[in-house]
Amino acid sequence: MTTTSRTRRAPAPSWLLLVPALGLLAAILLVPLGQSLLRSVGSPDFTLDHYTSLFTDGVTLTVLGRTAQTAIIVTLVTFLLGYPYAYLMTRVGPRMRGVLLTIVLIPFWTSVMARNFAWIILLQRGGPVQSVFEFFGAGNVVFYGSAVGVTVAMCQVLLPFMVLPLFSSLGSIDRKLLLAARGLGSPPLVAFWKIYWPLSRGGVVSGLILVFTLSLGFYVTPALLGSPQQSLIAQLLAQRTTQLLDFAGAGALGMLVLVVTLVLVAWANRFGGSISAIGAVAVTPTKDNS
Amino acid sequence: MKRKDRGVDPIPWWLKTLGVIVALYFILPTLVVIPLSFSADQSFQFPPTEFSLRWYQNFFTNPVWLGSLGNSLLVAVLAALLATMVGTAAAVGLSRLTGRLAGFARTLLMVSMVTPAIVVAVAIYITFLQWHLTGSLGGYVLAHAAIGVPFVLVAVTSALGGFDPKLLRASASLGASPVRSFIRVTMPLISRGILSGAIFAFVTSFDEVVIALFLRSPTFQTLPVQMYNSVTFELDPTISASSSLVVVVVTAIFLVPQLLGNRKKTR
Repeated sequence: MTTTSRTRRAPAPSWLLLVPALGLLAAILLVPLGQSLLRSVGSPDFTLDHYTSLFTDGVTLTVLGRTAQTAIIVTLVTFLLGYPYAYLMTRVGPRMRGVLLTIVLIPFWTSVMARNFAWIILLQRGGPVQSVFEFFGAGNVVFYGSAVGVTVAMCQVLLPFMVLPLFSSLGSIDRKLLLAARGLGSPPLVAFWKIYWPLSRGGVVSGLILVFTLSLGFYVTPALLGSPQQSLIAQLLAQRTTQLLDFAGAGALGMLVLVVTLVLVAWANRFGGSISAIGAVAVTPTKDNS
Repeated sequence: MKRKDRGVDPIPWWLKTLGVIVALYFILPTLVVIPLSFSADQSFQFPPTEFSLRWYQNFFTNPVWLGSLGNSLLVAVLAALLATMVGTAAAVGLSRLTGRLAGFARTLLMVSMVTPAIVVAVAIYITFLQWHLTGSLGGYVLAHAAIGVPFVLVAVTSALGGFDPKLLRASASLGASPVRSFIRVTMPLISRGILSGAIFAFVTSFDEVVIALFLRSPTFQTLPVQMYNSVTFELDPTISASSSLVVVVVTAIFLVPQLLGNRKKTR
């Protein structure tokens, strides 16, 4: 047993260790997605009809537009709430930061169905949210079954994906720069805009892309809190599959959503805010408490 | 110095207020379901006018709810076991590999974290129809294990980050076989990572609803699917008891590794 023979032999078992995971992934994800792709381009003869009809059937484009609009609103709202929250996290002491981080991770922990059920209760006709609005003199506001209700519920789930990349980006900014600018006579807003904002841009971009991307695929929340007339792309995909049994058309639509998602994720990755990095924060939250 | 620092650069009041509001936005929805579950009303009225345990009683006596809970637990345990085994093996393998191909393999294994659940669910549904796996235990376990793998991979990889490969060489030089070295040396050192990955895989499966909605059958459905039915078709308030139980149990499950971590830190 010389060292050379050992190093030459080492890679083979290491690759073998990957076989079960890659096999599972291939069978459960790659084969179904590959079949779906094949169906979408016509199983006997190659055709792009299913793709062109996405843009000509009148329905898909409308729903895509509505989905994009919802995603943009959700992204902006989470940004407006998430940026100050992430900034606050960088300002407080370590113990308070641990508390704020745990609170951010709560939507990760809570069951999808429990969370959506809670929003149904809060937003329903005669529910607490309507009562609050009534108290302020706007009695007839019902968010249940509306795009606003869907947005409110989606923002809560997606806020962690905004706050976590922002926190990691804002946390590495030296605040003394800001104090120095103030000391040299710069007004707070100018100091923020000229110094702090440019340094935080990496986290901002990755947070924006992540939230936008994730909100494209929401199914349960719009299905439960929205109205069928206001359906989003995921509902359309489900409907084509289970009700219209249009597997080829559903395949084309699914591929479109998948490609858009993967391109956006790869883009976000370049700014260091990959979803897997956030997964790492979620899986090992204790690491950041110190 | 410290006091002076605070005086020059205080946290503005509006920032604190906004922080509190956002924190409430994170927490409140989850807290709503717990008081509601003790309601005596047939409707979903909140706040409840009268209190009772009838929805808990219904949850634990109704065979549909209990059966869904049993199915969910079974699927989640098996899926977590499968995901943990293949995920841990893959993490150990990847930790020894470098190069572009290994990077590609890692990305491939992580990809289900970013693919929209609905796209995956629809594709799996059609393929499983051909394979006769819809509505079967095996179909649920395989699908949920596949989406659980990334969590195990992340958790075990992070645990392996602090692992010194020299230990393996030492154990090999003392005559241990690679398998024995793994069980006696690697495993104990990365056990927390494996446990935390297994917990995430379990919870991911236990809570998964989109794929489950497509794989359901009249004879086999999981708890999230039954909860979905109870707000769409049946309007069954038992969902409030079910939601509270799930929230409490999952929170407790997540607190276990947290507490283990803290104990290790103080030691």
